[in-house]
Amino acid sequence: MDMTLILPLGGGALIGAAAAALLVLGGRVAGISGILAGAISGARERTWRIAFVVGLVLAGFIAARVIPGAANAPPRTFFLVLVAGLLVGVGTRIGGGCTSGHGVCGIGRLSKRSLVATLVFMATGALTAFGARVVIEAIS
Amino acid sequence: MSDAARSRSLVVLGFASGLVFGFGLVLGGMTRPENILAFLDLGGLTNGSWDGRLMLVMGSAIAVFLPAWIFVSKRGRPLLAQKLAVPPDAPIDARLLGGAAIFGVGWGLAGYCPGPALVSLGAGLLDADILAPATIFVLAMIGGQRLVILSERRAPNDAAAAATQSQSACSPDAPDAAE
Repeated sequence: MDMTLILPLGGGALIGAAAAALLVLGGRVAGISGILAGAISGARERTWRIAFVVGLVLAGFIAARVIPGAANAPPRTFFLVLVAGLLVGVGTRIGGGCTSGHGVCGIGRLSKRSLVATLVFMATGALTAFGARVVIEAIS
Repeated sequence: MSDAARSRSLVVLGFASGLVFGFGLVLGGMTRPENILAFLDLGGLTNGSWDGRLMLVMGSAIAVFLPAWIFVSKRGRPLLAQKLAVPPDAPIDARLLGGAAIFGVGWGLAGYCPGPALVSLGAGLLDADILAPATIFVLAMIGGQRLVILSERRAPNDAAAAATQSQSACSPDAPDAAE
């Protein structure tokens, strides 16, 4: 099979396995926006969330040393990245989750709420990605 | 197992889960925002630049996670911890739809969602080209979360009133539980 298919399937399987282990062993859901918010200011259960965030950051650090091109920068200006970060923070907080919490763990728990949320953020994400590209191409 | 041992094991588990989750995001190509934008931008369907691999990542993750959910929900409690802390089944309300819509706009603007942005922060520790945007994004994201949390704390009555209006059972604390 083509590597371009094996990598996403394998990467997804690792994501699913990590979330499954947290659920089956620890009884916790791997929703990253919620884990981050709880790691910053959670009243209780803060330590495991901090540990999860440290694990994520460390994975990026190790991967970038081992795999060339493991990550790169968004093809967008710092200003747009800043606005994007604000919207992602506000939206995930109000909507109660992101790609991991709703998209993987929510749909994976057969939650209708999470399926609807995922369809909505995919739709607005698609419109925004398309619109932003058209505008950027027009002005550059 | 004692409570202290249980909470220690949860910390080790959280770290290991975050680490493996992060490697999965990297392998899946999620830490290259151009891939995310090439998936979201359906305009790419007209010229062959559309990248559907994100569906494989998500589908594969869900396929692995689903049996774990079936196992643990039937069992009623997890193997190490005492309780299963999953979000309650709340109604689909304006908060969910509005929040998801706002999140999607932010996602489509730069191609970062929370997980890949945090992984990119680590990947950028020795690479300023990645570190700068990842830091800007993560700080702005934390700021955005704080804005919502503070505004709800300052006006708990408004939040409660809004929740009632949209016929939601959400208390102001609900977003905590909903993740």
